[in-house]
Amino acid sequence: MARITREEVAHVAHLARLTFREEELDKFTSQLNDILLYMDKLNSADTAGVAPMTHAAVRGNAFREDVTTPSLAPGESLANAPDSRGEFFRVPKVIE
Amino acid sequence: MEFEPVIGLEVHAQLLTESKIFCGCSTRFGAPPNAHACPVCLGLPGILPVLNRKVVEYAIKMALATHCRINRENGFARKNYFYPDLPKGYQITQYAHPLAEEGFVEVETEEGTRRIGIIRIHMEEDAGKLIHDERFPSSYIDLNRAGVPLMEIVSAPDIRSAGEAAAYLRRLHEILVYLEICDGNMEEGSFRCDANVSLRPRGREEFGIRTELKNMNSFRNVQRALDYEIERQRRVLEEGGEVVQETRLWDDAQGVTMPMRGKEEAHDYRYFPDPDLVAVAVSEAWVEEVRRTMPELPLEKRRRFRREYGISAYDAGVLTADRALADYYEEVVRGCDRPKLAANWVMGDLLRLLNEDRRDIRDCPIPAAFLAEMIHLLEEGAISGKMAKEICEEMYRTGKAPRTIIADRGLVQITDESVLLPVIEKVIADHPNQLAQYRGGREKLFGFFVGQVMKATQGKANPRLINELLVKLLTG
Repeated sequence: MARITREEVAHVAHLARLTFREEELDKFTSQLNDILLYMDKLNSADTAGVAPMTHAAVRGNAFREDVTTPSLAPGESLANAPDSRGEFFRVPKVIE
Repeated sequence: MEFEPVIGLEVHAQLLTESKIFCGCSTRFGAPPNAHACPVCLGLPGILPVLNRKVVEYAIKMALATHCRINRENGFARKNYFYPDLPKGYQITQYAHPLAEEGFVEVETEEGTRRIGIIRIHMEEDAGKLIHDERFPSSYIDLNRAGVPLMEIVSAPDIRSAGEAAAYLRRLHEILVYLEICDGNMEEGSFRCDANVSLRPRGREEFGIRTELKNMNSFRNVQRALDYEIERQRRVLEEGGEVVQETRLWDDAQGVTMPMRGKEEAHDYRYFPDPDLVAVAVSEAWVEEVRRTMPELPLEKRRRFRREYGISAYDAGVLTADRALADYYEEVVRGCDRPKLAANWVMGDLLRLLNEDRRDIRDCPIPAAFLAEMIHLLEEGAISGKMAKEICEEMYRTGKAPRTIIADRGLVQITDESVLLPVIEKVIADHPNQLAQYRGGREKLFGFFVGQVMKATQGKANPRLINELLVKLLTG
C-alpha cells in the first residue's frame, strides 16, 4: 500500500530546496512510506471523547511581559553572515 | 450581462507594543538597519520564542470590538517558505486555531448600514525588509521588522463595491486607533491591506475566479485599485475570456494592476503546529478583564452624539473621527450646555486654527473649559459673534481665559440700554437726510444705521439691542 508517491516526495524535496538523485528518490519514497504506514497504526487507537493534544508539554500559558531587552550590538548580528554590506545582510537579488 | 463584484479584504495591523512578539527587541520604527535584532529575530539555532502577553491582549480587544467568538484555546503554526526576509525559513502565525472567528463590523454606506463579516483574527510575526540594489544584482536585508507583532483580520467575501471596501477599511482603521492598539500609519506600513476580487453574473450564488491585489498603501489607492480591477475583469469576461487566478500588484503611478512575477508555488506552505510554543489559553476571566478596559467605539459614539446632542450625522462623524477630539468636544458641551454651538466652534474656528498649524487636538492650547466659557458669554450676549472669534484666536495664541482677554482688551459688549440709547440718538441726529428717506419708505437704510451705530461703538454694541432700539427710534 502506497501512502506517498514518488512525485510527492520530489515535490516536497523541491519545496525544501533539496536535490536528490533518482535512486535517492526511490529510497526516500520507500522509507517515508514505511513511516507513514507505521503512523497509520495510531489511527486504530480509539480516541473518541479524547481532546486533541496540541503539545507534549502539559502546562499553562508561557508569556513574557511587554518589556524591551537589549538587541545584539551592531556588527554582532552580521558576524556570521556569508555576505554583508554596511549594516545590511547582502543576498543575491530577489525579484518581487 | 450585469456582473456583481465580490470582494474580501485581508488587513494586517501592526500592534503597538514596545517589544516584538516573540523576543524583547524594540519595535520602534526608524532605527538603523539591523539594530533591533537578536538571535530569535535572526533564527539562530537553539532559539526559543516566548509570546508577548500584550499581543494577545490587544488581539482580544479587537476580537471584542468586532463581535468575534474568542477561541479559548488557540495556537501557533509554522508557515514554511523560503525568502531572504524570513531567516528561519518559516513564519510563526496562527492557522488551524486562530485567536478569534466569526465576527462582523457595521459599515455605513449610502445605501444604509451594512454588516461585513469577519472570518478570523489571528496573531503572527512580520518579516524583515528587503531593499533592492538598482545597479548591482544584490538585495539588502534589514531585520528590524522581523518579529514585529501583526494582527491579521480577514473579512468574509461580503463586500460588493470599491466604495464599500474603503468604508470597511476606514471602520477597521478607526476601531484600531480608538482602541490604541495600532497607530494606523499606512505609509509606514502599520496598516496594510490585500484584496481578493472576483466577478459573478448578478443573481448567481457561486463565486467567479478571483485575483489577489497587493501594494495599495492608502484608502484612496485601495478604492482605485479595486475599481480598476473590477473593470479589467468585466472586460475579460464580456469578451468571453477567463480571469486568471493570480496575484497582481497595484501600480500607483500608472493607475493599473499588473501580474506579480515569481512565487508561483507560494501557496504550498506545509503548515504544522509550532512545537516551540505552547497553546494559548484565554480564560473567561481574562476576556472580562480586557472587556472592562474597552472604550466606547466610534460608531457607538457617533450614534450617541446624534441622539444626546442632536447634532447632524456629518458633525457627529467629524467630532468622533478622533477619540481625543470627541473627548474635547464633550468637555466643552459639559461646560456650556450648548451642544450645537459647541460643535460649530470646535469644528469651525478651533479645527481651522489647529489645522493651520498641523497641530493635534491633544496639544490644543485652549482648555475645553475656556471654549465653553466663551460660548456661554456669547450665548448670554456679553460678547458678540465677532468678538467671540477674536477671543478664540487670542485664546489659541496665548492660552488665556476668555474673561482675562475681555478685561485686557475692553471687549465687553454694550448691553446696557442707557449707554446705547444716547449713541443711537446721536447717529440719527447726525444723518437727517437718511432718516427722512427711511421714513419715506427706503427701508434698506436700516442697515446703514446699524452700521453707523456699530462704527460709533467700535463693534461693541449688542446687535439685538441695536435692532430693538433703532426700530423704535427710527419709526419715531
